[in-house]
Amino acid sequence: MKFINYLESITGIGIFPMLSLIIFFTFFVLVTLWVLKADKSYIKTLKNLPLNKDNFDQNEKSNEI
Amino acid sequence: MQTEKFYYDNQIVKWFAWATIVWGLVGMLVGIWVAFQLAFPALNFGIEFTTFGRLRPLHTNAVIFAFVGNGIFMGVYYSLQRLLKARMFSDTLSRIHFWGWQLIIVAAAITIPLGITTSKEYAELEWPIDIAITLIWVVFGWNMFGTILKRRERHLYVAIWFYIATFVTVAMLHIVNSMAIPVSLTKSYSWYAGVQDALVQWWYGHNAVAFFLTTPYLGLMYYFLPKAAERPVYSYRLSIIHFWALIFIYIWAGPHHLLYTALPDWAQSLGVVFSIMLIAPSWGGMINGLFTLRGAWDKVREEPILKFMVVAVTAYGMSTFEGPMLSLKNVNAIAHYTDWIVAHVHVGALGWNGFLTFGIIYWLIPKMFNTKIYSLKLANWHFWLGTLGILLYAVPMYWAGFAQSFMWKEFTVDGRIKYEFLETVTRIVPMYITRGIGGTLYYIGVIIMAYNIFKTTKIGLFTANEEAEAMPLQEYKAHKGEHWHRWIERKPIQLLLLSLVAVVIGGIIEFVPTFLIQSNVPTIESVKPYTALELEGRDIYVKEGCYNCHSQMIRPFRDEVERYGEFSKGGEFVYDHPFQWGSKRTGPDLARIGAKYNNAWHFNHMLEPTSTSDGSIMPPYPWLFEKTLNFDLMPAKIRAMQTLGVPYPEGYDKQAVEDMKKQAAEIQADLKAGGIEAQENTEILAMIAYLQRMGTDIKNKK
Repeated sequence: MKFINYLESITGIGIFPMLSLIIFFTFFVLVTLWVLKADKSYIKTLKNLPLNKDNFDQNEKSNEI
Repeated sequence: MQTEKFYYDNQIVKWFAWATIVWGLVGMLVGIWVAFQLAFPALNFGIEFTTFGRLRPLHTNAVIFAFVGNGIFMGVYYSLQRLLKARMFSDTLSRIHFWGWQLIIVAAAITIPLGITTSKEYAELEWPIDIAITLIWVVFGWNMFGTILKRRERHLYVAIWFYIATFVTVAMLHIVNSMAIPVSLTKSYSWYAGVQDALVQWWYGHNAVAFFLTTPYLGLMYYFLPKAAERPVYSYRLSIIHFWALIFIYIWAGPHHLLYTALPDWAQSLGVVFSIMLIAPSWGGMINGLFTLRGAWDKVREEPILKFMVVAVTAYGMSTFEGPMLSLKNVNAIAHYTDWIVAHVHVGALGWNGFLTFGIIYWLIPKMFNTKIYSLKLANWHFWLGTLGILLYAVPMYWAGFAQSFMWKEFTVDGRIKYEFLETVTRIVPMYITRGIGGTLYYIGVIIMAYNIFKTTKIGLFTANEEAEAMPLQEYKAHKGEHWHRWIERKPIQLLLLSLVAVVIGGIIEFVPTFLIQSNVPTIESVKPYTALELEGRDIYVKEGCYNCHSQMIRPFRDEVERYGEFSKGGEFVYDHPFQWGSKRTGPDLARIGAKYNNAWHFNHMLEPTSTSDGSIMPPYPWLFEKTLNFDLMPAKIRAMQTLGVPYPEGYDKQAVEDMKKQAAEIQADLKAGGIEAQENTEILAMIAYLQRMGTDIKNKK
């Protein structure tokens, strides 16, 4: 139940923040790349989801199948 | 394929809308009340239940979880159904969610004034209510995911991502921060102590702002702003980056609430770096919101809904710029513990949350009632009163914050502190009054809205079940070469898991070292557990909500060390379940109050603060002088502390009550020697015992 002090000290703690920064940075770059490359009509479809414009067809070409 | 006919559930949206308005009126009224108490302490009417220390948590909980909480659910239940082209998964779950949430609010409104509190800011509710919150939150998530799974729209719009991230992160924050050992039905001790408790609390506290006041509202912004402006969001690409960057970074920023405290330095620095990084996604969101209105600014002039939304998004931008600035250590050194923080919070709360909620309500209600708003003129009045109210609130609070902080830090030429603490308080009382007036103006606006909305519902005809049609979702087969992100978007569960991973990383990296490694919180040999009477006094301190106005954390600054004594060390708090560092100094820091004054001073001060401190705005605590100490719980309290690792000797629980009585009698005798008659075994004796102990473990042992 005691939550504290299982270890006297820890070595290489610097790796923790470094790892997370790398994870974040990689993910951030991937998302940005994807976002920039994403299909225009697909983005347009998503963008218009809240507005009840029926410009979106489930079977439209950009939407697979 | 045939289109399917179905109905949107508007009833539940209407209920949540009314709950938002009603609790908003209640929570804000309490806010005005406590605001004026700071100028006129007599406004507590001498009643313990309405004293500042108990009402302030009522105000914060009411506006966050009752007003904004119901506002979130109102917006989510409306937009989710439309975005997914499906009715909510289960009407029963919707109704359990609604009534369960209202019951929790009522339970909070009863227990907090009674002094039943954990003292963890924005998480004051005791363990049985915490469990109820968890259950109702699960009901909400179940209902949301049920709806997502039976949807007729393949793609999940970005608003829904924000809802999902909100659900998963709030669940995690609430559970981790609420971990406690129950002593009785109405009392528990935090599982964590001192530095660890502070870290967990502010990881929670900051992310309650992030994932209760921000992400769900960003989701609402991404739905309702385009709706109101009748044009799509400026950049959907930006919204994707906004989402991922925001949820990943936000979770790290908590330690910026603990700068210059006894929290290990590396953790503080981590908090600062991530707070600065937060500007980018936050402003990405703000720009996305404002640019959505490009070419529609003529509408903003006409339409109060858009005015509310524009000010909301602007307030979001301002407070998310100010937040990172406040996280810089040099700025924080000035702002922390002052009214600057109160101003900062209220720009966000009144501007961003309040105004976005109002905008959504003005848009939603006429839609569901098939009519136009009853009075556009009144809505405009509401807008201007609200805006003026925010200004009148914020400006005096900024002023007060700066004034007080600079006065604290000022030295005379011969190197002494220039101002007594009390002088720095009496000087800003006029600002407190102006702030109260600002809040009142804002409140009048809300009353006008309530009237306007009520009238609108009377002239309109409500559609409880709104008819809609959509194609059912076809079975989907992934095809080669599609973008990987689409896989996430189609699969809500994957989205949930990825969001969880994004927010868990930050928590783990901050917690693991602080919790597991001894060198991070050096122990101090002379620091010993509290005596039974001191422990009881500490519980009374918690019950009265003293932490709302007094910190227990001396930062390593020249003025603070000069004024209060040796700066606080992490090792001093290892037996503090929960920690009591506080976040605001309306009164002076108490970390080294022990042995500073004699018992008689404390006795007189608690009975009538102005008798020892002329002009003090602290309320008197006469009930502590009448109530007899509770001995029944003490053995259980000692056992709970032992479970948590506090080294009381084996079997001490049986001896504790004796010890308590003995120490109380000693204090009583000491008071008597000074000519003061204290009643036997009253709560004030325990309070004095605790106050006299505080910070003395390492005093004179520098």
